[in-house]
Amino acid sequence: MSRTYLGMPAFPEAAAVSTGDATLRANLRRATHTIRAKRAAAVAELDDWDQLRAAGAAVKDRTLRHLDRYLLQLEENVTRAGGTVHWAADADEANRIVTDLVRATGETEVVKVKSMATQETGLNAALEQAGIRPYETDLAELIVQLGDDLPSHILVPAIHRSRGEIRDIFRTRMADWGRPAPSGLTDRPSDLAEAARLHLREKFLRAKVAVSGANFMVAETGTLVVVESEGNGRMCLTLPETLISVVGIEKTVPTWQDLEIYLQLLPRSATAERMNPYTSMWTGTTDDDGPRSFHLVLLDNGRTDALADRTGRQVLRCIRCSACLNVCPVYERAGGHAYGSPYPGPIGAVLTPQLRGLASPLEESLPFASSLCGACYDVCPVAIDIPEILVHLRERVVQGGEVTTRGIRTVVKPAKKHLAERAMMHAAGWTLDHPRALRRAQRLAARTRRLHPRRLPGPGRAWSDTRELPPLPTEPFRDWWARTRGGTA
Amino acid sequence: MRVGLFVTCVNDTLFPRTGRSVVALLERLGVQVDFPLEQTCCGQPLYNTGYRHRAESLVLGLARAFRDHDVIVTPSGSCAAMVRDNYPRIAARAATEQRATGRAEALAEAAAAVVPKTYELTEFLVDVLGVTDVGACFPHTVTYHPTCHGLRVLGLGDRPRRLLEAVEGLELRELPGAEECCGFGGTFAVKNPAVSAAMGTDKARAVTGSAAQVLCTADNSCLMHIGGILARQGSPVRPVHIAEILASTDGKLL
Repeated sequence: MSRTYLGMPAFPEAAAVSTGDATLRANLRRATHTIRAKRAAAVAELDDWDQLRAAGAAVKDRTLRHLDRYLLQLEENVTRAGGTVHWAADADEANRIVTDLVRATGETEVVKVKSMATQETGLNAALEQAGIRPYETDLAELIVQLGDDLPSHILVPAIHRSRGEIRDIFRTRMADWGRPAPSGLTDRPSDLAEAARLHLREKFLRAKVAVSGANFMVAETGTLVVVESEGNGRMCLTLPETLISVVGIEKTVPTWQDLEIYLQLLPRSATAERMNPYTSMWTGTTDDDGPRSFHLVLLDNGRTDALADRTGRQVLRCIRCSACLNVCPVYERAGGHAYGSPYPGPIGAVLTPQLRGLASPLEESLPFASSLCGACYDVCPVAIDIPEILVHLRERVVQGGEVTTRGIRTVVKPAKKHLAERAMMHAAGWTLDHPRALRRAQRLAARTRRLHPRRLPGPGRAWSDTRELPPLPTEPFRDWWARTRGGTA
Repeated sequence: MRVGLFVTCVNDTLFPRTGRSVVALLERLGVQVDFPLEQTCCGQPLYNTGYRHRAESLVLGLARAFRDHDVIVTPSGSCAAMVRDNYPRIAARAATEQRATGRAEALAEAAAAVVPKTYELTEFLVDVLGVTDVGACFPHTVTYHPTCHGLRVLGLGDRPRRLLEAVEGLELRELPGAEECCGFGGTFAVKNPAVSAAMGTDKARAVTGSAAQVLCTADNSCLMHIGGILARQGSPVRPVHIAEILASTDGKLL
């Protein structure tokens, strides 16, 4: 049974566990630092990267501003080309549509192309519940599925696994899902890839139904685009009789000329490649070639609510490249599972609370899962100002404010657990508004400096458990100034 | 040119030596510096934790404190970044809200007044005064950690390095992974203590590995975090603000 994200703990608690996992830390450090350096080199090859990045942001912004129009144009063109378009307001509706479509074919198994949208909706669990077996065919998704695990990275879902762990998962679990692992399987990457190839091939050749997502949808022709590295997607998109694609509505681009920008931005940001190995594009159905039946499920699931937020809507530009994950010092140490969603890292910290709303302590904790170092913004190929959105969402958590939920504008109250903090912040704010009060507080602290404990009690332990406190000076700067320069303090 | 020192609340309260060093350094370079006592805090801790409305009065307060100055110099990359990057944002957000009349206008006016005249110390030295050799002497091995807001928001570039390289006797040691965040992040340090400490411990390891005697940054808040970890480990490395090195003419600190 596929694992789900229900009941995940808040970020700090989950991260406190994962930061102590030395193997995980080593796996993540090695992987993220390697791809980080390669991305930087691939991006540096282009003289016009900054212009591409600006264009990538501008085209997405314009598209999102007129999304209603482009979605209708897309629907019209997909329909004209022989496809059927379905509209899903939320995850449950999308899962229901897909399940019904698979049932109508009479099949009980589907092959899957790697898809963030179906991870988001929890489609695999829904299909299993309906007696349909979904087979992940992306190598890393296969590792996650065989290991009864959850993805921990957008592009490399099994990034938290070492080669040895993958070999063990293949050895013990492949037989439960189909062709067993070859005997004497080693942890050599080429052997592991061959084992996956043999295991998956019988599924590709047997499957009558495939489920995919898409990286882009071109409105002017109704064309869907999947970019990938392994070729499993190409197999799923061409061999089965029925193809069902679940795609977030923000994946729309108006024209092929617009697509050109993203086909340059995405591979260099994601895998540090000039061009990804496989780019599949299809428009509806074609006689005697590929699937005879094509269904597009357009997924909202919180996206139009995010679109209503002037600051937060930037997240809808995201092309799921993972560059922000690979450069993030917090992700590197906390690992992907701590983010409690298929979208980990900086983008997850701003996307999940917007798609799901501040639904639980987990979503409330995500905007704080950042030191605001800004590395994510620097590498984002569509210039999403992640730190700005983090601070914006923090405000929503601690102060409350206007949000749009399922299309209705409401005012949310501040999160309860921030009551004490709010009182403290307001007291600090008052003191800082009154220089004389600040001076009195500083003097009091300086005079009692010998009485201060070196380790703090209560919430202060979060600091002093791992760090010494700076010694308090005998006098604050302003007193020194007043004493030596004759000002009146 | 009337130069006002915005020492920052952290330096005022915990690291007055940094403020005294800025005064000594600027006076040595022939700049008369003033310290308006009305000043307190730029509002960054409040704003970054989500208390934007509570930070608004501090935006107005800073503009008021420095209303008579042509230039605001501050020995903190993150406080300078708060002013330059977030003050206009705070004003713009206020303009979209139905709150007390005149508030958005006052914030916009305050932001417009302080943003163009606010300089982080190394920017002021290199860009405004046009000096890189400030006549300092500090015969020690030093490694420099470029703090995130200085590096990525202000774009300080190689200004701090150029200033340090010109210091007599100072030997600069490379810091591996220098551009990576130290994990301080203001309230992040206590809201996510495990990740913050893990980042800080990795940074401290890089500092120790550089075999420098002194760790230098242009932000005492980051230095307090890395220094706190180094001290807990019993490391002999001394955390020192760049202003204190640049103020030194005899290898000693004020």
